[in-house]
Amino acid sequence: MTDISTDFTLGSMVCRNRVWVASGTFGYGDECPDLVDVNKIGAVITKSLSLKPRDGNPPPRIVETPGGMINSIGLANIGLQRFLEEKAPFLRALNTAVIVNIAASTIEEYKEVLGRIEEADCCDGYEINVSCPNVKEGGLSFGTNISMTAEITRVLRPLTSKPLIVKLTPNVTSVSEFARAVQDEGADAVSLINTLIGMSVDVKTRRPKISTTTGGLSGPAIRPVALAKVYEVVKSVTIPVIGIGGITCANDALEFFITGAAAVEIGTANYIDPNIAVTIADDIEQYCRNNGINDVADIIGTLQTDQTISVVKSWL
Amino acid sequence: MKIELLPVVKLEQLTPTIYALHLRSTYIAGTIQPGQFVNIKVQQSNYPLLRRPFSVASKEDDTITIIFDVVGEGTHILSKKEPGDVIDVLGPLGHPFTMPGRGSIPVLVAGGLGMAPMPILTQTLADHGITDVVTFLGARSKDSLIDYKLKNVHFATDDNSKGFHGTVVALLDAWLDSVKAGKVTVYACGPNPMLRALQSALRKRSVGGQVSLECVMACGVGLCQGCPVASVKGDKKYELVCKDGPVFDIHSVII
Ligand SMILES: Cc1cc2nc3c(=O)[nH]c(=O)nc-3n(C[C@H](O)[C@H](O)[C@H](O)COP(=O)(O)OP(=O)(O)OC[C@H]3O[C@@H](n4cnc5c(N)ncnc54)[C@H](O)[C@@H]3O)c2cc1C
Ligand SMILES: Cc1cc2nc3c(=O)[nH]c(=O)nc-3n(C[C@H](O)[C@H](O)[C@H](O)COP(=O)(O)O)c2cc1C
Ligand code: FES
Repeated sequence: MTDISTDFTLGSMVCRNRVWVASGTFGYGDECPDLVDVNKIGAVITKSLSLKPRDGNPPPRIVETPGGMINSIGLANIGLQRFLEEKAPFLRALNTAVIVNIAASTIEEYKEVLGRIEEADCCDGYEINVSCPNVKEGGLSFGTNISMTAEITRVLRPLTSKPLIVKLTPNVTSVSEFARAVQDEGADAVSLINTLIGMSVDVKTRRPKISTTTGGLSGPAIRPVALAKVYEVVKSVTIPVIGIGGITCANDALEFFITGAAAVEIGTANYIDPNIAVTIADDIEQYCRNNGINDVADIIGTLQTDQTISVVKSWL
Repeated sequence: MKIELLPVVKLEQLTPTIYALHLRSTYIAGTIQPGQFVNIKVQQSNYPLLRRPFSVASKEDDTITIIFDVVGEGTHILSKKEPGDVIDVLGPLGHPFTMPGRGSIPVLVAGGLGMAPMPILTQTLADHGITDVVTFLGARSKDSLIDYKLKNVHFATDDNSKGFHGTVVALLDAWLDSVKAGKVTVYACGPNPMLRALQSALRKRSVGGQVSLECVMACGVGLCQGCPVASVKGDKKYELVCKDGPVFDIHSVII
């Protein structure tokens, strides 16, 4: 059996493969050791972490919709202090890449959380969730404002030499402009997409099916949208693009790789099978073997279109 | 907990919409405790996408039984299963009911399909030598009263088609007049309005108990944070029904 190269290096972070688990869909990595060998996952991205614990939104927080689900969890998380005490030792001991996802409601909070995690040295990289309201700007979402998204990147960049990934929201007119802006501020990669805004109504009661009326749509239903956004961004930046959205199997992941994603994150599919990222990574390896491909990197950006994509592939 | 492909042993139709599904699993039958549940992927496709949670109603040798009502697409698909089909099941999940204190009479109170965890609870109590169980079962009408493997059952129906005419909580409340508060442990499961009525009836009498809650779930294992219930104990505003429950101290949650 030939050895297939599956690894991926992003700055100082070495990942055993290009199939990661997405923030908010895998807890802190320690929820179900019976079901998954976490060390076989390419990178574990933790639930969005804020400075103070967050209770999250009132129920109901989730509803299934065709081919997907809408959630309004409200960034429920244990907060920095408990994270450092209860989760950091486990994460540090993992034999795979760990990415801490940070969400905050002020620039200062982003800085403090990243700074303190940096001191604790319990991860290999950061993913910045910008899809939260900025309390200092009247609750306007950071992620839908290009100058705020750029500013977060600018202030966090000098605080770490580890890879800084900015996670982009698709709920904007031109996601590639946001990608270019964070690239210009020194982000090492962008990941997309976060959830799309969605809504569902109970016709009997005429009430929205989740407590916050609208929420984040995820799952297979969003995959074509996600893929198109990844395509748009791949064409406009030179840093690696991490594809997220509705991936449930190796074939879905391959769509993203072919389009130019350097790695993928699995979200909603973890809820059905927490081992799915490992299965997908194994199946991609098998796909390579079956097709005479020695390195998963050789699949990336091989989309055959009539238009030519000019991607600078220095990061492969 | 494990994910297993379980063969269907038998599908029994109990009423026009309620079924008992018997599945073979040496592992779950050997480890399941009363009040725990399984999360079922009803078919291998993206529709329905998420697993569906069901209490394990009973176990016998290497077989477990799920009792379900057809309320939507997922349960409709389950109602078409045949012996020999295999179903993707994750379990056992959640915290179980705990046994009553010495000398305390277990009083099982269920509304509608809330009876689902009661047969295995009755069975487990008997395994612990506790046989003085009293069961109160209510439903809209006698057609939806499922007393599958239950013991010493007092019935209540909204339409007076069987037993007491009124709610199961009213029936229980009247019965509690005849017993000392410290002498019973209530085990409850049912629709939320019924559980709220039960909670206040028990609070007035200082009767304690355990409740098994239902809510929409995605993962069933604590990954999504999608299943909160407001809690009045500890410093957490919410507990997770899947991981911290589904069984809670009846006075610790805001239903
Ligand atoms: C711990 C637990 C144990 C359960 N045990 C049983 C059981 O033993 N027998 C049984 O028949 N049902 C049980 N349920 C409820 C069962 O999960 C739902 O009836 C089922 O998911 C409906 O799936 P569906 O696709 O048929 O309906 P859907 O199309 O998903 O929904 C149909 C209707 O059911 C409601 N519903 C959906 N999911 C749930 C849910 N998880 N809880 C409550 N209401 C829901 C919806 O709001 C909607 O009104 C349990 C739920 C939980 C959380
Ligand atoms: C219940 C739920 C909670 C989520 N929580 C977070 C979060 O805390 N931080 C974050 O950056 N993304 C969060 N996401 C978004 C996912 O990481 C991912 O971007 C999105 O779900 C799309 O991928 P999918 O279709 O594979 O799920 C969450 C998604 C879901 C479904
Ligand atoms: S159902 Fe996902 S955390 Fe409870």
